[in-house]
Amino acid sequence: MTEPFDVLRGIRARFFGGGTPGGAAPAATAAAEGERAAGSPFLAIVRKEISDHVRSWRYVILVALMLLTCLASLYTASSAMRSAVSTDNAVRSFFFLKLFTASGGSLPPFITFVSFLGPLLGIGLGFDAINSERSKGTLSRMMAQPIHRDDVLNAKFVGALSVIGVMFFALGFLVMGLGIVLLGIPPTPEEVWRLVLFLLLSTVYVGFWLGLSILLSVRFRQAATSALSCIGIWIFFSVFFSMLVNLIAGPGPADPNNAEAVIRHTQWVQLLERISPSQLFSEATTTLLVPSVRALGPLTMEQIVGAIPSPLPLGQSLLLVWPQLTCMIAETLICFAISYVLFMRQEIRSRN
Amino acid sequence: MAAVVNGTAARTDGEPLIQLTNLTKMYGDFTAVNNLSLSISPGEIFGLLGPNGAGKSTTILMMLGLAEPTSGKVRVCGVDSTRQPLLVKRRVGYLPDDVGFYEDRTGLENLLYTAELNRIPPAEARRRARELLERIGLKEAAEKRAGTYSRGMRQRLGLADVLMKKPEAIILDEPTLGIDPEGVRELLQLIRSLSRDEGLTVLLSSHQLHQVQQICDRVGLFVRGSLLALGTVEELSAQLFAGEPLVVEAEIGGDGSPLAAVTEALASVDGVLQVVSAAEQPQLVTVSCSRDVTASIARAIVGAGMELLSLSKKRYGLDEIYHRYFEGGKRHDRAV
Repeated sequence: MTEPFDVLRGIRARFFGGGTPGGAAPAATAAAEGERAAGSPFLAIVRKEISDHVRSWRYVILVALMLLTCLASLYTASSAMRSAVSTDNAVRSFFFLKLFTASGGSLPPFITFVSFLGPLLGIGLGFDAINSERSKGTLSRMMAQPIHRDDVLNAKFVGALSVIGVMFFALGFLVMGLGIVLLGIPPTPEEVWRLVLFLLLSTVYVGFWLGLSILLSVRFRQAATSALSCIGIWIFFSVFFSMLVNLIAGPGPADPNNAEAVIRHTQWVQLLERISPSQLFSEATTTLLVPSVRALGPLTMEQIVGAIPSPLPLGQSLLLVWPQLTCMIAETLICFAISYVLFMRQEIRSRN
Repeated sequence: MAAVVNGTAARTDGEPLIQLTNLTKMYGDFTAVNNLSLSISPGEIFGLLGPNGAGKSTTILMMLGLAEPTSGKVRVCGVDSTRQPLLVKRRVGYLPDDVGFYEDRTGLENLLYTAELNRIPPAEARRRARELLERIGLKEAAEKRAGTYSRGMRQRLGLADVLMKKPEAIILDEPTLGIDPEGVRELLQLIRSLSRDEGLTVLLSSHQLHQVQQICDRVGLFVRGSLLALGTVEELSAQLFAGEPLVVEAEIGGDGSPLAAVTEALASVDGVLQVVSAAEQPQLVTVSCSRDVTASIARAIVGAGMELLSLSKKRYGLDEIYHRYFEGGKRHDRAV
């Protein structure tokens, strides 16, 4: 049981529905052969989750909402950009990316929409992941089958996240395609890569909210309670958090000429702000989609002197957002770890 | 170890299919299951009977490895449930009380999903699901959404769901709860015939003694976490009421409470131990006596000039067992 080979084979079988493990089959027993033929329970749950989401009204509504905001922001951005085309070279470099970042006055840009509506998407698909199964009495039936408990949580997460990922990529490419039609300018390869990375980042960001909502669905027995607390946390981070940060950080140093004190204060404020996943997300997306952003923290005059005011190459932008990305993943993992601990310890009785 | 991993029988011949040894489960200070030892042989239908909150469900959860015992051992199919719950769940079917299904899926789809979770190949799963749906009488409803099923249909679908994995034993938690009497009879007959035809071991829990006694080979009375009595229904009543005084009930006509008059009249009868009557039914006087003195009691009452409407020797039926042990313990048992 504890031989490393068996463990590896178990992992393999779990994720790939059990393809034949390369060249090491003689030890396989008849029972294991049968299992391989039928696919793993983990994938069965993922399949069911995906089909449940796609069939549900909830998902249709969320997709419609995203689609509408996408098109609206695309329209305003493109009309604002058409007048700005060919004014100067600086504008024209990475022109295509402006489709996602330029606001047309009345409507905010695409990235703001994603950072605002993304959490709603994650919460919408995750807030009743576990507790609805519990209240419908299906969880105890599922737990009576020979499956691992963590498979249930993993499959819920993977199922919802793949639905979200597919949707983000579909919407992102749709906006890109429409952008080409509207502007008549194709994106450069680097722009395409930046956009793909942006979409990946958005999926990770929504993954955090999904993880959080699954955690609350494990913790709270009522779906309404977990939905409300998810929305509460979302509103807290998007509205009240910056106020709280200002309150905690206090006013800046009394002497505005004391550069060191000013920098220390700014860094302290930034550190606090970066607890919020939406702050991390907006910093990361801005860096990726606006290549002229060169740093995310305060810079002194000495640091700026000699720097060429040109956009960063993709690798450098990526390097700049790496901490933000790892932070978001870490926050997702924390949520997940807590839900694991809670779920493993819970006793699954029928309908309670 | 190898045999266990392969999923073949690790249980040696003659070993009970389910064996609990000194099983205890505490929730904080509350003892849900207290030092329970029990063994169930293959092919047996065993009824675990007790009031709500007696610890039946907790015991069942521990058998499946869904709850961890505070102390003691659980072996099911020769496997330690606490250590290797997956191996147990592969071979034992469990029907929770008030089982739920995915309501927007059909009955058939629900069964196929269970088959997938049990790694049954799709073709075989489909064949087996159809077969079981026919057997439980839901063939016509197979393509209907499970949300439209009645409670009795859900319970029968649950039975099919449990049988999808071809279990060696099935554990049914309150299978008859909330079904009409005819439905209960059909369900119990179904369980009995399944057990007889396929040699299935059945453990069912219930608080409705008079319902399940029809099909159980053996029953265990479970109150406040401990097993009070164990055996066939006949053995049970003998076990529980050995050395009990004989009780005679007399109904006296007329207004007012006849208790004082009856007590006076019976004072001379040899063998009468106690005379009582319930406040809500003063006409009914209960007399306990050390031996059968029914005739003398009748004579004494009539001789005292009272109207004797009826006189009956009380027999300890199953409902009495129920009343005595389950209802009597109610005040202490509802704590869960």
